[in-house]
Amino acid sequence: MAILEVSGVNKRFGGLKALTDVNLSVKESSVHAIIGPNGAGKSTLLNCLIGKLEPDSGVVNFNGTSLLGGITPHEINQLGVCRVFQTPEVFGDMSLLENVMIPSFAKHDGNFRFNGWGSIAKRGEVSEEALSMLEEVGLADQRNVITDSLSRGDKRRLELAMCLIQHPKLLLLDEPTAGMSRADTNNTIDLLKKIGERGITKIIIEHDMHVVFSLAERISVLAQGTVIVEGEPEAIKGDPRVIEAYLGGELG
Amino acid sequence: MSQNLEKIKSPLDMEPLTIEIHEVEAASRSNTARNDLILMAVFSAVVLASPWVLAPFGAAYPDLLQRFCIFGIFAIGFNIMFGLTGYLSFGHAAFLGIGSYAAVWSFKLLTMNAIPALFFGVVCAGLFSALIGYVCLRRAGIYFSILTLAFAQMSYNLAYSVLTPITNGETGLQLTLGDARMVDAAFGVERTSSLPITNLFGIKMSGYEGFYLCAIILIISFYISIRIFRSPFGMMLRGIKTNQNRMSYTGINTRPYLLAAFVVSGMYAGLAGSLMAVTDPLAGAERMQWTASGEVVLMTILGGAGTLLGPVLGAGVIKYFENIFSSFNKGILHSAFEFLPDGVADFMVTITHPFVGEGWHLTLGVLFMFIVIFLPGGLMEGAQRIGNLFTGGGKSNADSRSGQTQPAE
Amino acid sequence: MDAILLQILNGLDKGAAYALIALGLTLIFGTLGVVNFAHGALFMLGAFCAVTVGKFLSYEVVTLDPSKLTPWGTPAETRTPIVQQWFGDFGAFLVDYSVPFSILFAIPIMLLIGVIMERGLIRYFYKRPHADQILVTFGLAIVVQEIIKAQFGANPIPQAAPVLLAGSADIGAIIGFDPGTVVYPYWRIIYLLFSGLIIGIVFSFLQFTTYGMVVRAGMADRETVGLLGINIQKRFTVVFGLAAVVAGLAGVMYTPILPPDYHMGMDFLVLSFVVVVVGGMGSLPGAVAAGFLLGVLQSFASMNEVKNILPGIDQIIIYLVAVVILLVRPRGLMGRKGVMES
Repeated sequence: MAILEVSGVNKRFGGLKALTDVNLSVKESSVHAIIGPNGAGKSTLLNCLIGKLEPDSGVVNFNGTSLLGGITPHEINQLGVCRVFQTPEVFGDMSLLENVMIPSFAKHDGNFRFNGWGSIAKRGEVSEEALSMLEEVGLADQRNVITDSLSRGDKRRLELAMCLIQHPKLLLLDEPTAGMSRADTNNTIDLLKKIGERGITKIIIEHDMHVVFSLAERISVLAQGTVIVEGEPEAIKGDPRVIEAYLGGELG
Repeated sequence: MSQNLEKIKSPLDMEPLTIEIHEVEAASRSNTARNDLILMAVFSAVVLASPWVLAPFGAAYPDLLQRFCIFGIFAIGFNIMFGLTGYLSFGHAAFLGIGSYAAVWSFKLLTMNAIPALFFGVVCAGLFSALIGYVCLRRAGIYFSILTLAFAQMSYNLAYSVLTPITNGETGLQLTLGDARMVDAAFGVERTSSLPITNLFGIKMSGYEGFYLCAIILIISFYISIRIFRSPFGMMLRGIKTNQNRMSYTGINTRPYLLAAFVVSGMYAGLAGSLMAVTDPLAGAERMQWTASGEVVLMTILGGAGTLLGPVLGAGVIKYFENIFSSFNKGILHSAFEFLPDGVADFMVTITHPFVGEGWHLTLGVLFMFIVIFLPGGLMEGAQRIGNLFTGGGKSNADSRSGQTQPAE
Repeated sequence: MDAILLQILNGLDKGAAYALIALGLTLIFGTLGVVNFAHGALFMLGAFCAVTVGKFLSYEVVTLDPSKLTPWGTPAETRTPIVQQWFGDFGAFLVDYSVPFSILFAIPIMLLIGVIMERGLIRYFYKRPHADQILVTFGLAIVVQEIIKAQFGANPIPQAAPVLLAGSADIGAIIGFDPGTVVYPYWRIIYLLFSGLIIGIVFSFLQFTTYGMVVRAGMADRETVGLLGINIQKRFTVVFGLAAVVAGLAGVMYTPILPPDYHMGMDFLVLSFVVVVVGGMGSLPGAVAAGFLLGVLQSFASMNEVKNILPGIDQIIIYLVAVVILLVRPRGLMGRKGVMES
């Protein structure tokens, strides 16, 4: 059954057609990769899924709920959609532990709760959850370090932890391994495989084909704002249209 | 250590987790709690003993001590908005003014007792800040600053013009002999031929008695602010300051958090305003001017925005130097530089004269720029830097700016 | 009808001052990305350039004239401005025209102040948060204001318009209303023409010179212009200087309308910010249009007919408009999408 249904989505920026009639259907608990050359509209598509952008037309349904038409980003997150950004969006001034505790609070307390009198210290379940999450992504040693001082790869892992702690139904990963060493990339792949076992649906945008082919169950190739091919990884690998999209027509 | 290792099931059932880490966390939590307790105790002791502590500095008279406390409360409240969320309001003086007006009306209509005055001051300021905050918080960044500024100017202009029946315009709202004071009348308080004075169940609210009321309220305010800093709510506010986008994508609805913070800090301002009226029962519109808002901004950043103690410190420093500097004149300067050779002394007097007396605001402006340029973290950061020099450069602590004291490894 | 015309005219000169200040604010914000709370201080400094020039020109020498006697039998004192003694009629002319003459003096001074401000302070704040920019320029505004107060005192210092322009034009009579209904001082007409001229100069500078083109490109996309290998820093300094001169000249010419005092800058700044917000952050035509619009609106709100219905509306109309605009159309009348919207 499809957990995310995108159909006929269009988005223009002035004269530029960023997305043209994009269709996407993501099966529950599957890993769906979106690949394509730079500027193909991959990030724009993700932006339309989390309420950052509103498409000009089209339908985006998640679990039977529309993600368009005035729904706010926080409401979308509360439905169970979480995104890891291309440039890490973390709380730079705060410690790693606090970074993970905030999404945990959001999970426990909902989108607003005025608990100005309660103490964080009394919410042991939250900090313990956050700590074991950091443990899981391998950042527990640095739990009291200010996030700004982390490398980009570590920030990305932190961001992943911030999403995972919310037990999302759909995880959007925008180049989750960019800026990571080979070893860290492999660790991240392992981590993503493990959480795959827990039935989180994932959409991955990635340039590293190693990552794509070790994770994806289905691949959509986006070029110039349209899905040109969709299929199993093996089918995509040999498709001439994909090669053309990446290398340009003239090389044929 | 390895004997302590014990497998714990993480929520995602992954790697073994050591119990040792949890113990460290628990220890640091209780450390925070213990440090807060010490901070509270020392703070209360210093505030209550300030008539003696500040005596060597020549600041131990009730008028000035009251002002320390009142502006301390104002700055603590402002810090909850600006320090935690990073939203710079240029309109907080309006809430201070509203608090004062409400308190004076309570004296005029109900009773000379301070409690109802404080209550109405806080409630009215809270209501107004909810209204103004609801509108202003629909925008962020400089738009928010300009909107709050516009609202404050609007209230100030209104207080001077149309609302004269309520505010008594330029003269300011004062007590009169003919005031109704219905509650007092009902309890048979005798009318005297002179103006009545404010009281707290019979204790007069001027002089040291007034100071102690302010001091106790300051301590309570400080305690509330610690609670807020240490609460999940405070953590959310800091998250908004650091990365508001991430907050939204994390499922947090930031606007009610901001509005709640705005209202709380507006209520603090109202409390400060009504205390002003309790210690000196009159209210004027000049309290609402945006330069007055600028002053509380300065206090907060001077001490250190986002720290617990900073705003109180900033308020104290500014009010203290205002008091000293504005009382200086040429004569005092001459005697101060007496020890220097004549020419040099005259030169020093000429140099320093524009900064004292009437020129106090010049000093204030220079100080303002100096802090923003060189010490954006305020005095608290400065103290920490000096501290680090002595301890051989402490490692950057994740919680230094939030005033927490968890050990960084 | 005549009353409406009068209100429009009355609003225009104040609107012109708002427009000129807002123009500079927008230029600075658009190109440098800095929120300048000290811009009102520049307006005020311009006004005090006129005060200073006026002071120098009216420096008087006392001569005793033995041919005339006072009732006490002593020779009468005559006071002559020293310039008049030196240059005769031309000197007298200078004294009379001290305000327009101040323009010559104010242009280099304001340019210098602007350049020093940008090089000495503002440039260190390009990368700092907006709150820091607001705070440091606010501090600077206080400092400038207090220095002026220490030098010139706290009281307003009236400056006279030249004798020839001191009267009023009966505009009503000229265009066919009853004489005496629409009377408008000559100097205000001059001010309007002058601000039109300045606005024209600024716009043609931006429109027709390559320099201006770079500045406009910078307003559209600062980073890209920086990448083109254009020395954007130098341009920033010039833009800031230009904005300072515009604000300063607005101040110089406003002195006969409103006697300058040390806090006039702050008063105008708050309103000019509102003007910028209403016009649309980063839009120059928006700033000018909103300046005139709000000036006129304020003037209408202060009509007795309006005040009787809505008491106090004249005090708050500008703020009210700003609040409504920000809520209904957050990017202002002519603002571009995406400027400071997050």
